[in-house]
Amino acid sequence: MPLTLFDKIWRAHEIKALGERTSLVFLDRIFLHERTGSIALRSLAESHREVANAATAFAAMDHIIDTFPGRTDATTMPSGGEFIRALRHGAGEAGIRLFDIDDPAQGITHLIAAEQGIALPGLSLVCPDSHTCTLGALGSMAWGIGTSDCEHALATETLVVRRPTQMRIWFDGALREDVTAKDLVLHLIARYGAAGGRGAAIEFAGPVISAMPMNGRFTLCNMAVEFSGFTGIIAPDQRCIDYLEGRHYAPTGALLARAKQHWASLVTDAGARFDHEIRIDASACQPMVSWGTSPAQSVGIVDEIPEPARFSSEAERRSAERALAYMALQPGERLAGVPIDAAFIGSCTNARLSDLRQAAHLLAGRHVAPGVRAICVPGSTATKRAAEDEGLDKRFTDAGFEWRESGCSLCFYAGGEGFEPGQRVVSTTNRNFEGRQGPGVRTHLASPATVAASAIAGAIRPASWLDA
Amino acid sequence: MRKFDVHTGIAAPLLRDNIDTDAIIPSREMKRVSKSGLGVGLFAGWRYADDGRNKSAPREDFVLNQDDYRNASVLLTGANFGCGSSREHAVWALADFGIRVIIAESYGAIFQRNCYRNGLLAIELPGDVIARVAGVVAEDPVTRTLTVDLTNRQVVGPLGRFFDFDIGDDARKRLLSGADDIDLTLEHRDEIDTFRAQRYRDEPWAELVIDEMLAPARRDRRH
Ligand code: SF4
Repeated sequence: MPLTLFDKIWRAHEIKALGERTSLVFLDRIFLHERTGSIALRSLAESHREVANAATAFAAMDHIIDTFPGRTDATTMPSGGEFIRALRHGAGEAGIRLFDIDDPAQGITHLIAAEQGIALPGLSLVCPDSHTCTLGALGSMAWGIGTSDCEHALATETLVVRRPTQMRIWFDGALREDVTAKDLVLHLIARYGAAGGRGAAIEFAGPVISAMPMNGRFTLCNMAVEFSGFTGIIAPDQRCIDYLEGRHYAPTGALLARAKQHWASLVTDAGARFDHEIRIDASACQPMVSWGTSPAQSVGIVDEIPEPARFSSEAERRSAERALAYMALQPGERLAGVPIDAAFIGSCTNARLSDLRQAAHLLAGRHVAPGVRAICVPGSTATKRAAEDEGLDKRFTDAGFEWRESGCSLCFYAGGEGFEPGQRVVSTTNRNFEGRQGPGVRTHLASPATVAASAIAGAIRPASWLDA
Repeated sequence: MRKFDVHTGIAAPLLRDNIDTDAIIPSREMKRVSKSGLGVGLFAGWRYADDGRNKSAPREDFVLNQDDYRNASVLLTGANFGCGSSREHAVWALADFGIRVIIAESYGAIFQRNCYRNGLLAIELPGDVIARVAGVVAEDPVTRTLTVDLTNRQVVGPLGRFFDFDIGDDARKRLLSGADDIDLTLEHRDEIDTFRAQRYRDEPWAELVIDEMLAPARRDRRH
């Protein structure tokens, strides 16, 4: 029987079927961060249980730690220190490798799991964080879990999982030169809705994916959860293998040769069945920006914000009206030219080296508009160092950007650092919910190129307009 | 896990749709590395003055602050309760406040699962039935309590049997026995070990050993 990529990986991890589509699934890797992993480890210890396999568990500081230069354990998040200390203590007790604040390999978990070769094609990986699906870009079966599940995972190396349905999204055509993976995924979600992925394991495929560099694949898979997917996944190819070779936890020598053979089999067979299939012509996609408080509420930067009355359901109409009120925008208005207060480049969606390069390229010889606060937070310390080696930090700071230490930073607000109420921020992050970047903050999701161009212009604008 | 068989308590109506986990417990209330003590932050944005920042000023217009409902342990609500972020804190906050049963039209998928894990019963009923229940209870919330019987899958109200409800067999068994998910899985320990050994033969690069240079040595915790 022809199998999908996801079928193959699921089968390789299914210990036993438990009925009602549910199985006991083996976990190859578990990743923790201080915001949720700390609670899971403490609660596990309180119930006198041990971590089953500390060698395959990892932890990183990313959510709560400060990203100001010269940072210490002190953080602006209320009682944040408690989370930092709890993770450090819990990981130490369990013998889990921790990427601590001052570790040269520290960073946002989903970035460093890739950078360190912890996530590999065909492996299962969980983390108590929604954006774990990012690692599907490497052909891993990776998904986000809750705290109780995380305790279960740590104690047993397994999870009881309901097998998700499967969806394939086939991207035809080719991306325009000024269009990035971020634009493509916003285009997808805007077209099919934030629930369009219906809890499915979503395989991204087609000529656009084959031609897409790894960075774009991470961005695409990162936002599978914003499409309500269980996860996103892409078949590992030569680009993926090139990316992995030489990474710290990746296999080497004879083992690598054998791994490559196996990874070559991780493709969807011709004739394999999906529960849902979507085909998208990527050539029609243009630079996108969100106008509302859901990633689905996005349009082309030069297009008009739709009239709420145009939506088919009452719920969508109401949500559009509420979003427009929150964002202080009018239907029919174009986002190009809307003045901004701040620009943010960072997060697990768009803070890898090539994202920073794209932005820095546009910033060269230019300066952020007066009154605009611009911040760049590299996704990992290794990314930051690599960027500094290329002199990108100087481009950012010369242009008037703050250049920060790595972490989640202003991607989300939990009582610590945030933008000011009412401020309009163009951001490379993945969530534009009310209050996501601070109470009353108006977030516009966009690509790093759009954010850089908008910072310079002092208003939302596509990068192609910079010289105009 | 706390066992659930029969529960009798005051039912409080919070009849809105789409109450998301951020409304149930705002991010800034998740201040402790713990599952307990979150009850004070429950619905903080609605429950207290100044968007939840001023805990010494409860808002009289919020149902759980009213004398009749202060000790509620059953929550009557609308559609899609617990949608949004998957934070389990939402369930812990409800449990810590004293809620044992939620009756809603529908739930966010992860939220309902998290309820069962934490010994909370989350029942689904049509909106008009919930509204009717709220109406009957409202006449005297303190004496007109609801009794929720999981064994017989029925809710008994002040006027006798109110309605029957459905719940998946697996969830029902777990709640009734109070069995811990981890213990249940560890019954398969041998199968897991066999599976792991085979898996590491098939894909040996999946196996890792503790890097003593990088991970602090595991402390000997055998007493
Ligand atoms: S960068 Fe943002 S979305 Fe990504 S893991 Fe951190 S907080 Fe979550």
